[in-house]
Amino acid sequence: MTSRRIALLVTLAVLAAAPYWLPGSYYVNIATQILIYAVFALAMDVLLGYGGLVSLGHAGIFGVAAYVVAWFVAAGSGHLFAVVAAIVITLLATAVYAVVALRATGIGFLMITLALGQILWGLAYRWISVTNGDNGLNVASRPAPFGFSLASSTGLYYATLVVFLLALGAMALFVASPFGASLRGTRDQPRRMNALGYHVWMIRFCACLFSGLLSAIAGILFVYYNQFISPQALALTASAEVVLMVISGGAGTLLGPIVGAALVVIMKNVASAYIARWNFLLGAIFVLIVVFMPEGIVPGTVRLTRWLRGAVSGRPVAAVREAGQ
Amino acid sequence: MNLTLVLAVNSITLGGLLFLLSSGFSLIFGLMRIPNLTHGSLFMLGAYIGASLVVWYKLDFWLAAIVSALLVAAFGGLIERLLLRRLAGNSLAQVLVTLGIAFMIADACLMAFTGDPITVPTPPGLVGAVRGFGLIFPIYRLVVILIAVVIAVMLWLLLDRTRLGAMIRAGVDDPDMARVVGIPVPWLFTIVFCLGAALAGFAGVIGAPILSVYPGLDFDMLPLALVVVILGGTGSLLGSLVGSFIIGFLYNYGQALLPELAYFVLFLPMVLVLLVRPQGLFGRQAP
Repeated sequence: MTSRRIALLVTLAVLAAAPYWLPGSYYVNIATQILIYAVFALAMDVLLGYGGLVSLGHAGIFGVAAYVVAWFVAAGSGHLFAVVAAIVITLLATAVYAVVALRATGIGFLMITLALGQILWGLAYRWISVTNGDNGLNVASRPAPFGFSLASSTGLYYATLVVFLLALGAMALFVASPFGASLRGTRDQPRRMNALGYHVWMIRFCACLFSGLLSAIAGILFVYYNQFISPQALALTASAEVVLMVISGGAGTLLGPIVGAALVVIMKNVASAYIARWNFLLGAIFVLIVVFMPEGIVPGTVRLTRWLRGAVSGRPVAAVREAGQ
Repeated sequence: MNLTLVLAVNSITLGGLLFLLSSGFSLIFGLMRIPNLTHGSLFMLGAYIGASLVVWYKLDFWLAAIVSALLVAAFGGLIERLLLRRLAGNSLAQVLVTLGIAFMIADACLMAFTGDPITVPTPPGLVGAVRGFGLIFPIYRLVVILIAVVIAVMLWLLLDRTRLGAMIRAGVDDPDMARVVGIPVPWLFTIVFCLGAALAGFAGVIGAPILSVYPGLDFDMLPLALVVVILGGTGSLLGSLVGSFIIGFLYNYGQALLPELAYFVLFLPMVLVLLVRPQGLFGRQAP
């Protein structure tokens, strides 16, 4: 436990010092992007990893929050009001989204969320009087909460880091809570949970709202980071990217989605510097990970290190392998 | 009045195209229990192959339509045999693989055919319009409606009157039991997947003179197919037919009357059906 705590403190120190050891503001911006997408990936992990519900329309929810902020700021209201409005409206939208999508589970849920996500994208694209269509909306300035300016890349990085740590803390509490346990129960044994008197639908609905809240936070960070939002952020590719983050990192873990977010953001930035074919690469990685590494990177590595430790300490390998599974 | 009738013809035409797309989607879903997220891409792939055959190689339109349907069917068969089969039993992985392939097809088409839309000329002999009831109907659109009706009847005959159709229906109802009584269900998977892909590819080509061919066509069509199947119920041919025409009408009237909210209009019947009858209008059980 102590070695774990030390690792946590070291990671925190490394993250807090990132603007000093990273070579330039370009890299600080990439670190900010990773943190934003990590929050979004955690939101997806609530449903995909812990609830067993794959949403392929989550970029739509993320986009609603971003558009609401951009719209209110452009209409002249204050940042605080815009952010609160974004969270409230996104939660309302998530509630509708959840009520419709939770008519089904499993593959049905996936199909309905895909259609809903495309409809939100269609609204962003076509509802020109509100969203400005393909041209998107600009956000003229970033806020300065408590007098701390977010105009520089370093300032925004620290604000994002604080929000990310809060989101991670909330996620850790959620996973450890009875509610988290009951959500895992509805994933593995919905009938048994029902027989035990749990309201399976309500548990899933609350999980959707929690996921919607985290998505809204990620969307708000995203729109302030880019100071711009366009329908592209709501496209199916964006929803698929966040699913890939969770699956590649390891669904149903706390660390996995963060590792996955870092991996996808870095790959996307590196790949787009060399080749213009990010979508092709995204598709290919999807296929490769699903076919060859279905459990994700973090659980795979955990299993590997456990197996290695077992081998070093001289315990029978086969027994450790069984225990690891 | 005149506008309403023109819109009605356009709606029925789109409904016919959607039926060709969604009947294959629905059959694949019914049999394999997965939504094939490459279906919109197969439609676009067919459209691109057909368009390049017609525009660049000056092939006859109908020949091009058949050739691209066959090529898309072969491609679908490869996806099923090489990838989906490996993941049998893991439906989530299968869906994600089809999504990954959809992205690869979209980007490969962008690479091969550039981002400029390709307009496919209406096949010679079908240009122009016929007059009737004091109105003008574009001939090609009527032909597309006719083709959709003929294919619908052929599919119904195939499913309802042939041995293969009986085996497919048995596989849809209970795949395990069908295997027990000696029906080669894995082969049915391949056949149905190829059939669905061929229909999607064919629809792409015959839709090309109306919709034109452009990047993004795939993810424009896929949600329409999804909504049709959610509306009509999975695995049901009649459901696809009715759902396609409902969506065809809503989409065209929505575009004309509420252009900014056209997508939102599509969403309403889906919500209503899901709330009242989650298995779809003609579905037998929830997916």
